[in-house]
Amino acid sequence: MADTKIVVNCETGEVSEIELTADEVAQRATDAAAYAKAKADEDKAAADKATAKAALLAKLGITADEAALLA
Amino acid sequence: MANTYIQIGSTVTVGVLGAASMDFTSIPSTYTDLVLKISARSNYIGVVETCNLQINGITTTTYPTRYIQGDGSAASSATSNISASFPLGVVTGNTATSSVFGSVDIYLANYGNASDYQSASADSVSENNATTSYARISGGLWQNNAAITSISIFPYLGTLWSQYTTASLYGIKSS
Repeated sequence: MADTKIVVNCETGEVSEIELTADEVAQRATDAAAYAKAKADEDKAAADKATAKAALLAKLGITADEAALLA
Repeated sequence: MANTYIQIGSTVTVGVLGAASMDFTSIPSTYTDLVLKISARSNYIGVVETCNLQINGITTTTYPTRYIQGDGSAASSATSNISASFPLGVVTGNTATSSVFGSVDIYLANYGNASDYQSASADSVSENNATTSYARISGGLWQNNAAITSISIFPYLGTLWSQYTTASLYGIKSS
């Protein structure tokens, strides 16, 4: 069975369960690829930041807790 | 709930087969602001999922979003410039502790304004009955000069909302 969406018509109050159209399925696939890339970029940026922070702390010879005291 | 909150339509509850999205259409223009209250879990093979919000079915307008987030041990922030929707709110994915859901509150101020861009803000928490859990505050700007007449809510990483996921839409009047 194809994926469905639940639609509430706020004007009439009618609630419907409607199969996605081929265009909607294709759009979802395109969107999912974009989301996955954005998530991967976000995760990489966070990992790079953590790596750079660890390197800086090592260079300074202090711990993260000691660095927080400087804030 | 204050008497200025009026439910629009009915609460959506996802059935056993799941749902790709929960949509509210033909939203009346008679209110000042809109509030969405969501309890959600998706079929994403992971602990944490993100709740997406799309306006008027438009996928070609950038929805710039920024959030700050805590996970119990660290704080983080990030921005998003996805063109198809707002990635607002953290909820639970399918490998989170069984039967737990995330909660999202989304506020859409002055949604009937057809002259300026529309803003959205959200508070959300995921839940896993574990040490690590996420709380997020998000803000976004829909770069389109149109009144909001329909809203679609769907998972960011999964393909379906899980059974018992719910969404309720409320209108708020200024007086």
